[in-house]
Amino acid sequence: MNRSALNLWVGIFVIGGFAALLFLAFKVGNAGESSLRDTYSVTAHFDNIGGLKPSAPVKSAGVLVGRVSAIRYDTKKYDAVVTLRLAKAIPFSSDTTASVLTSGILGEQYVGVETGGDPEVLKEGGEITHTQGALVLEKLIGQFFLSKSQESAPPAK
Amino acid sequence: MLKTTADGIRRTGQFALDIAEGIGAVAVFLGLTLRHSGTSFQRFSLTLREVFYSGVLSLVIILVSGMFVGMVLGLQGYETLQTYGSAESVGVLVALSLTRELGPVVSALLFASRAGSAITAEIGLMKATEQLSAMEMMAINPMARVVGPRFWGGVLSMPLLTALFIAMGIFGGYVIAVPVIGVDSGAFWSQMQGKVDVGHDVINGMVKSVVFGFAICAIATYQGYSAAPTAEGVSGATTRTVVSSSLAILALDLILTAFMLKG
Repeated sequence: MNRSALNLWVGIFVIGGFAALLFLAFKVGNAGESSLRDTYSVTAHFDNIGGLKPSAPVKSAGVLVGRVSAIRYDTKKYDAVVTLRLAKAIPFSSDTTASVLTSGILGEQYVGVETGGDPEVLKEGGEITHTQGALVLEKLIGQFFLSKSQESAPPAK
Repeated sequence: MLKTTADGIRRTGQFALDIAEGIGAVAVFLGLTLRHSGTSFQRFSLTLREVFYSGVLSLVIILVSGMFVGMVLGLQGYETLQTYGSAESVGVLVALSLTRELGPVVSALLFASRAGSAITAEIGLMKATEQLSAMEMMAINPMARVVGPRFWGGVLSMPLLTALFIAMGIFGGYVIAVPVIGVDSGAFWSQMQGKVDVGHDVINGMVKSVVFGFAICAIATYQGYSAAPTAEGVSGATTRTVVSSSLAILALDLILTAFMLKG
């Protein structure tokens, strides 16, 4: 095997390897989310976050507008504090509503945000005050049975 | 009765001491290799030659195996996921299992048996035919001239081979899932992009493969360099390279996975 053929093969190998890495990063992974490079952080208190995890998507009208960056427990209010990183290009109003939602029946949980009517916009370090926590299936079923049993109960005379 | 029990315990003790001694010897040899690896980078063409023999010549087995592993994952994943009505998630399953586990581990096992054994056999035979002694006679340090480039050639090849294995596996999964079974192509890729995190999955897989590369190359060069200079010695050393690097890969994988999932 002469020198130049060897160099050629090694070159092809190295370029192929790096191409595979780029494929993994941009086509398979999430490194292609260019719109999320400039972000600002806001916090939101939830009474229950269900199965929400850090780096879960934040969506508005179904479009990805940010990601959950941190989740911790508030020892004063006894609820969950979720830090959201939102795209700088989208100015959400200060009375934005955030809720923990589920995509599909078995799908992952995400934070849905809906902007309000306030002309003032959320800034870095701001807080979303209107929130709705995750629905707990057991509570929901309990409520359903309660309402059913009240319906079918014979009317009091 | 008591005597056989004592013998059994003694043998276990001997076995444990042998393992500890083996790990220590490889670690000392790795330290020596790193200290004499200046030559491998000053005369980089020596290392490039070894990248060719370890990396480029392993390409065929890595690419073909990656394709097969991805296709099997696609078939098996679809079979199970469709019972839950989420056949579109097959892309996520293929990509996550390949980037996190199967890619680094299977390509490292293949690399150990394809390139690691070749490194051991080559160095062992050089020792058996007294080429290493001849180099020392000419004041050439065989650690720098022979071991270093083979070590670094393998270490540099391993992550690139792993990346190619994973990419090929995902392509294999795509071929089975989309054209053959009929999963929607858009859902296949978009769910994958939604679930595969570059920092958490892709980078961790690459970190694993770098660690495996160091382990395989240290074991392979050590076994070759310390082989008995006979035909049996070289064949035994080659076998030991494959066995102990496979065990090292699986044990290191458990430790790394435990740390990565925790973090």
